[in-house]
Amino acid sequence: MATERMFQIQAISGHVGTIPGRGTQREVEVCKYIDVSTCIGCKACEVACVEWNDHPFRETTFNNTYQTMPTTEWNYYNLIKFNEHEREPDGTLMWLMRKDQCMHCQDPGCLRACPADGAIVQYANGIVDFNQENCIGCQYCVSGCPFNIPKFNASTKKVYKCTLCSDRVGAGLEPACIKACPTGCLHFGTKDDMKQLAETRAQQLRDNSGFANAGVYDPQSINGTHVIYVLHDITKPELYGGLPANPVIPFTYTYWKWIAKPIGLVIALLGLLAVFFHYIFTGPKRPQPEPMEDEV
Amino acid sequence: MSTSARPYDETVRRDFGGYGRTVVREGELLRHPTYTRFLHWTVAIFFFAALLSGLAIYAPWLFGWLAPLFGGGPMCRFLHPWFGLGFVIAWAFQFVNWRELMSWAEADRRWLRNIDRYVKNEDSIEPEYVGFYNGGQKLQFWEILFGGALLLITGLLMWFPEVSGRISVAISYVLHDIAALIMLGGIFIHIYLSTIGQPGTFQAMTRGVVTRAWAWTNHPAWYREVTGRDPRADYEEARRRQAERARAMAGSERGEIKPERGPTGSPAD
Repeated sequence: MATERMFQIQAISGHVGTIPGRGTQREVEVCKYIDVSTCIGCKACEVACVEWNDHPFRETTFNNTYQTMPTTEWNYYNLIKFNEHEREPDGTLMWLMRKDQCMHCQDPGCLRACPADGAIVQYANGIVDFNQENCIGCQYCVSGCPFNIPKFNASTKKVYKCTLCSDRVGAGLEPACIKACPTGCLHFGTKDDMKQLAETRAQQLRDNSGFANAGVYDPQSINGTHVIYVLHDITKPELYGGLPANPVIPFTYTYWKWIAKPIGLVIALLGLLAVFFHYIFTGPKRPQPEPMEDEV
Repeated sequence: MSTSARPYDETVRRDFGGYGRTVVREGELLRHPTYTRFLHWTVAIFFFAALLSGLAIYAPWLFGWLAPLFGGGPMCRFLHPWFGLGFVIAWAFQFVNWRELMSWAEADRRWLRNIDRYVKNEDSIEPEYVGFYNGGQKLQFWEILFGGALLLITGLLMWFPEVSGRISVAISYVLHDIAALIMLGGIFIHIYLSTIGQPGTFQAMTRGVVTRAWAWTNHPAWYREVTGRDPRADYEEARRRQAERARAMAGSERGEIKPERGPTGSPAD
């Protein structure tokens, strides 16, 4: 919800025409790096998020786990997902905890799906932000998101999600969740730096901790994300609260929308043009015989 | 007169249970009973409410100015499915009302083969096989049926995304737009042909009646059915009388008395 002046804009939802200021300044891409292997599930990030965004305390849902509620909510952007997992082959228990929030995709499905001009913007630094004043509450972003992040508020009839604390980042601060993390599992910096840090940590896990499949989650099916994880087992991201191995934006939003919508509009406008020129070329069909001039 | 489908009682259709009145003057024919007109305009109101609110959601950069009519973008989105539901329900009654009149027949295949003559307006009166509805009108009817069904199914999927899932919403979104835009193209043609494109048609949906000349010009087979007369013969007769009147008026300019004139286009004036 930062003002649009604060960052250079990279992409605007539902926008026809040029994007003011794009490419005029050098911008670094920002990134959150979450080391799942050092998360202790303390939920300090959840509290910090609620606090920074001035969200009211909301009821939690107890489902026989430590998880605060099943999914993120319109006023609960940040949620630790818990999963008790038995390792193969020895059946050792692993307690997997992943901080779930907007992934700030390089190719955002929400932005592709959104028809409202300027309701979703992507800044050159990679942050994907919702501007609620332009939101029309159609919830297409909800279906466009591969991570089930945007959430609808039925009373304001608008959609909300994690802003990557664009208001803090714009002021030179790190996001609230990063600030609150006591274990150093959360990091914030440039995408290049975070990627390097994450690769180093994954290498450590592979070499020294017996996690042969440890790796960095930065899915290339959506050109990477501005939130990256180090997972113990990169081959099974689904174990971490349903993180998709291969997140995809529905093909209707990536290709068909941009073909079908203009074609449909052309068909509709052809109807209008057809009747206009029919009137010009052939004129009306009056009941016959037509009245003589002095009878009209 | 049997102008429409049989299962309904003629009086109910014409007067809609006493709530409406259709005055058929001399030289006119009953085209649409009150019930049909009521349904038509109910469908039309819901159609345009859904269309305008839908356009504001479809492309806010282009049609965002329509949103304030419904209380802004989010209200537009909130009301749109209800308008759509109203359209579907009203249209369902109209479908039942018209389905027999709209059944596709050999005459419609012939009409479609000769559509270029219709479009170019080459015949002074339509071919003798054109009945209550011509092939084009029937095409539009079935287009609205299938388009409306597609809009309903995709609309419901989008209305309840938590039930349908994100992929079906994403597919519905585009199909919904295509169906709506095809119907939008159709509505331009419908409005044109029922107003300035074919003068004398609009009153069929307001007063419910058309002139006999309109009937033999545009729907000769229907004219034959309701009057038992030959449309082409009556048309020729009207032309002959018109020519006579022209001669008489030419005479009246030389001092003779101008003859009394009956309702325009009536052969029995």
